[in-house]
Amino acid sequence: MDVKTGFFYLFALVMLFAAFRVITARNPVHAVLFLMLTFSQAAGIWLLLKAEFLAITLVLVYLGAVMVLFLFVVMMLDIHIDSLRQGFWRHFPLALAIGALITLEMAVVLFGGFRTGDAPVVPETVTNAAGQVVQYSNTKALGTLLYTHYLYPIEIAAVLLLIAMITAIALTLRERKDSKKIDPSMQVRVRARDRFELVKVAPTQAPVAAEPPVETPAEEAKK
Amino acid sequence: MTLTLAHYLTLGAILFALSMVGIFLNRKNIIVLLMAVELMLLAINMNFVAFSHYLGDMHGQVFVFFILTVAAAESAIGLAILMLLFRNKSSINVDELNTLKG
Repeated sequence: MDVKTGFFYLFALVMLFAAFRVITARNPVHAVLFLMLTFSQAAGIWLLLKAEFLAITLVLVYLGAVMVLFLFVVMMLDIHIDSLRQGFWRHFPLALAIGALITLEMAVVLFGGFRTGDAPVVPETVTNAAGQVVQYSNTKALGTLLYTHYLYPIEIAAVLLLIAMITAIALTLRERKDSKKIDPSMQVRVRARDRFELVKVAPTQAPVAAEPPVETPAEEAKK
Repeated sequence: MTLTLAHYLTLGAILFALSMVGIFLNRKNIIVLLMAVELMLLAINMNFVAFSHYLGDMHGQVFVFFILTVAAAESAIGLAILMLLFRNKSSINVDELNTLKG
């Protein structure tokens, strides 16, 4: 049993334990933290499989962004856990039986059909276009494939991420009632005559100077 | 005893079965359901990477890349919907999501 096998069993055991705790943890925050442990162990196993770029991506993108998003959401929610865990142990025997059945079936089939020997040897060095001998790089091989063969799919994936971002913002955006913000489109569309109006006002008479003691002839005529 | 492709595939199968058990157990808690779906995607990715390594084909790793993209988008939108749900119902119990039922 060489070092690689030992590391495989170490990562696999920790990963399965963490995955088991994810689905049985009482506190959702603990479940998210165990999920992070699961993903980190998976990154270790991917390193054993010589998929370095994907392992680092898993750590950076999944542990760094998605799981932290999970953690934020779980912390923002105020959940009554007891009501959510009703019937938890009632379904346990059935779930365990079905899980064991799936695992056994798949293990039998896989160990029957895929006990292939060693992996094809990845070359230590490759010759690049300029004829130089350089070290083989998983990241470079993946990048070459992504930006030549899979150019259109990667563009679609980028648009998908943009759509996801817009959707998430649009779903959770909440208008505050006490906000005094102004709609910019209404500001743009405003016309001068909505704001400024000329009103015809009858010309006012110059006020007559009040001279109560002296009565003018006109007032006398009114009386 | 050397590692074969079957070891990695069985690890993926156990992980998939565990997350399925998790969906059985936590049928009311939508957060844990989302986490179980993430675990299932991880199991699938594990299979892709193992096949890619043992068959010497880089295209499997490219596929994992796209699955990671879609999974990130899925979890972002799922969590946004979850927030909206909690804001409107003050609960994340799946049993209470029967507004659309006639």
